[in-house]
Amino acid sequence: METIQSLLENSVVLTLLNAAVPLLFILPYALVTIYVEMKMAAHIQNRLAYMESGWHGTLQPFADMLKLLQKEDIIPAAADKLFFILAPYLVFVGMYASFAVLPFSSAYIGSNIDLGIFYLVSVSSLVVVGLLMSGWASNNKWSLFGAMRSVAQIVSYEIPGVFAILGVVMVFGTMNMQTMTQLQDGGIHHWLILGGNFPLWQKLALFPFMIVLFVIYLLSSMAEVNRTPFDLPEAESELVQGYNTEYSGMKFAIFYLAEYANLFLVSAVIVVMFFGGWSSPFGSFMSGPVWGAFWFVLKGMSFVFFNVWLRWTLPRLRVDQLMYVSWKVLTPFALVCVIAIGLIMVYDP
Amino acid sequence: MIETSFDIAKTSTGKSLRTEEMVVNMGPQHPSTHGVLRLEVVLDGEIVVDVIPHIGYLHRCFEKHCEHMTNYQQVIPYVDRMDYVAAMTNEMAFVSVVEKLLKIEVPERVHYIRIIMAELQRIASHQIAIGTFGIDMGAFTPFLYYFRDREKILDLFEMTCGARLLYNYMWIGGLSHDLPPQFIGQAKDFCRDFKKTLQEVNDLLNYNEIFIKRTANVGVLPKDLAINYACSGPMLRASGVDFDLRRDDPYTLYDRFEWDVIVGKGEVGVVGDVWNRNMVRQKEMWESLRIIEQALASLPEGDVQKAIPKRIRPVPGDVYGRVEGPRGEIGFYIVAEDSVTPYRVKGRAPAFVNLSVIGEIAKGAMLADLVAIVGSIDIVLGEVDR
Amino acid sequence: MTPQEIYDILKTQFGDAVLEVKIEGARDPFIKIQPDKINDVARFVHNNEQLQFDYLMCLSGVDYKGKLGVTYNLYSMVHRHKITLKIEVPTESPDAPSVESVWKSANWHEREAFDMYGINFLGHPDLRRILLPDDWEGYPLRKDYQVPEFYNGMKVPY
Repeated sequence: METIQSLLENSVVLTLLNAAVPLLFILPYALVTIYVEMKMAAHIQNRLAYMESGWHGTLQPFADMLKLLQKEDIIPAAADKLFFILAPYLVFVGMYASFAVLPFSSAYIGSNIDLGIFYLVSVSSLVVVGLLMSGWASNNKWSLFGAMRSVAQIVSYEIPGVFAILGVVMVFGTMNMQTMTQLQDGGIHHWLILGGNFPLWQKLALFPFMIVLFVIYLLSSMAEVNRTPFDLPEAESELVQGYNTEYSGMKFAIFYLAEYANLFLVSAVIVVMFFGGWSSPFGSFMSGPVWGAFWFVLKGMSFVFFNVWLRWTLPRLRVDQLMYVSWKVLTPFALVCVIAIGLIMVYDP
Repeated sequence: MIETSFDIAKTSTGKSLRTEEMVVNMGPQHPSTHGVLRLEVVLDGEIVVDVIPHIGYLHRCFEKHCEHMTNYQQVIPYVDRMDYVAAMTNEMAFVSVVEKLLKIEVPERVHYIRIIMAELQRIASHQIAIGTFGIDMGAFTPFLYYFRDREKILDLFEMTCGARLLYNYMWIGGLSHDLPPQFIGQAKDFCRDFKKTLQEVNDLLNYNEIFIKRTANVGVLPKDLAINYACSGPMLRASGVDFDLRRDDPYTLYDRFEWDVIVGKGEVGVVGDVWNRNMVRQKEMWESLRIIEQALASLPEGDVQKAIPKRIRPVPGDVYGRVEGPRGEIGFYIVAEDSVTPYRVKGRAPAFVNLSVIGEIAKGAMLADLVAIVGSIDIVLGEVDR
Repeated sequence: MTPQEIYDILKTQFGDAVLEVKIEGARDPFIKIQPDKINDVARFVHNNEQLQFDYLMCLSGVDYKGKLGVTYNLYSMVHRHKITLKIEVPTESPDAPSVESVWKSANWHEREAFDMYGINFLGHPDLRRILLPDDWEGYPLRKDYQVPEFYNGMKVPY
């Protein structure tokens, strides 16, 4: 008893426990999302998906997880062993470290730092390093192709994405994610997508730029996560599985998990920046620490849902068209918006 | 070293940085080469410098087998397996050529039923072609919509001859079975319901902005190159050549029906590009529905097995005949000697001839475009390799 | 244009190179040409205004025991007429000029004829096996072909 108590007061142990809390969210979320994606794909395509295990296939994700865990971990003979093994963990770490600054509710945030969103953008660049490592170390020309394309895509789409974030940070005046959410608390009319908690003239002036910034960040976040229509790096029809080709078993499970968790991460960032994070749309009704977590997860999941819907509807863009959209369409729009927002925020009547 | 517009990297002394071309193998096992095809691609970054196709992985010695059959009828199941996706038109080709060799006249009912089956098969084959082409582009959904309707066509075939994919239905001089009583009603229902799906996929896929950007102005096949390479079928018509064997080199009673030949017009993109080939296939399905409805409405009575000869022992000579299959011109060149066994049967497969164009039209495209071009040629390795 | 008229034009142009013709009683009228002149004849029928055979429907090799033959089935998109040309070469030295420079579709057809019969097409840019593996020995569609016992260590007949 005493040892447990002293353990719990030990700051290192506390930090570790704190760090494991998002994992408690990610693992069930991944199972649910795998199920939802397959079922949504099936219903869009006019067929039923899993129906055998459990009621309407609800136990199927568990079966998939067990299958992946017990698969043989094959490393190609000519692969670069160190990097081959390291790559999935780098991708996972780059994605997971960003969960530290997500405000799940008013009572819980992993680490309430003032650099919030800046830290998130920089740490998620580790994902790029991991992808490039996996493509190179697989000793497979197709994986290398996929990795190159993926790196080019992610790096190009970070530019408009970061400009969008810059615009939002200029409006709020802070990079702290918890403060951003608190500034949008109090009802749907305070959400940044509808102009934010500002006087009416400022709301009306900010509203169109917020819509544009939202769209820009939505598109660049889809490209960061390699989702259709930007999924050329893992285009099944051309590159077999892109940078994933040579992976099997636990390492593939880590890549898979990292992809879905990354999807939630970028959806959560959109929600925190534009849609009020954990604040309830009704103001004080249905708000509180626990309700906050509910609203956060609900809003995040609706963007995940939107992404899944798009994946099964649209064809994919070719890599040079992808680059064109990023550099020649999104970046100029983002620049214009940032300048305009700066002017609006500085103007003091 | 290739001098392309991308080659702008230069060192401080002004000499270009040396780049090497990468040789990559697409296939033989690859999700999007539609079978066991090996494409040796020489790449400069993402640009394709050269494409060398290697075929023969599915060679099953069909022509050698034909020379050891005990009679001509036994060749028909082998002919099915050439283009296993559209077997009825293969059978129609072989059977028409043998009937030309023997100078047999088949009853009208046989002609009508053969036309109905061939057009149903054309729709089924185009469904696979467009569906798998959509998957190569990343649009997974039209494939499943089309497969749902393809099941109805396969049900019709199963009802008539017992098989879903490889039929052995058209015999020399007639057919193996007559139509069952519920065929006509079910076929009319299919024709009515399929129009909705066609419209749905048209809106979902063909005029989608991303799809247009991927396929317009890609893999352009000019008109005279198409004729010189003996391309046929939708590939030829999409390049602007108004030629369809059903109308221009008639082999059965297609002139009794009213239907249009679809020619690529360059509505989006350029005449002869991938988008136009896809559109020609899509619109051909509408025309096939027209033909089927007209044929079902005016089906004559008769005995489908009246003209089947007991023994086939042709006068020595040779003959070449051809038929408009979904992929192009299916031809058979049969050399007959005074025996019940054919002396030489050569199958002229449309996909074999169409595939040889790829070396020309894929130069300068990007790797993702190469997938689009191969998908638009619509190959089935069974008939490429025989 | 009738086959007789086509034959007359060819006979006037090439004289002795046109060996034989069969029109009556044949389901497909054909004209037999001397083997070493086939390239010139092909170019002529492709370019001539009245003939304009611009579409090579099919090119097949045939094994007439003792001789190997090549059949060219031609079609004109412009005039909508057909003709068949044939050549025959001895089996011991099966050399024939290639018509690939006239119709590009002959490229793969001639490769197949070489693969199956061993007919050596002179002037073909890339004459190698197409359907069989590159190191296969023998020409399968010849009538006197024996299936080899082993190929690369694998037993062939099973």
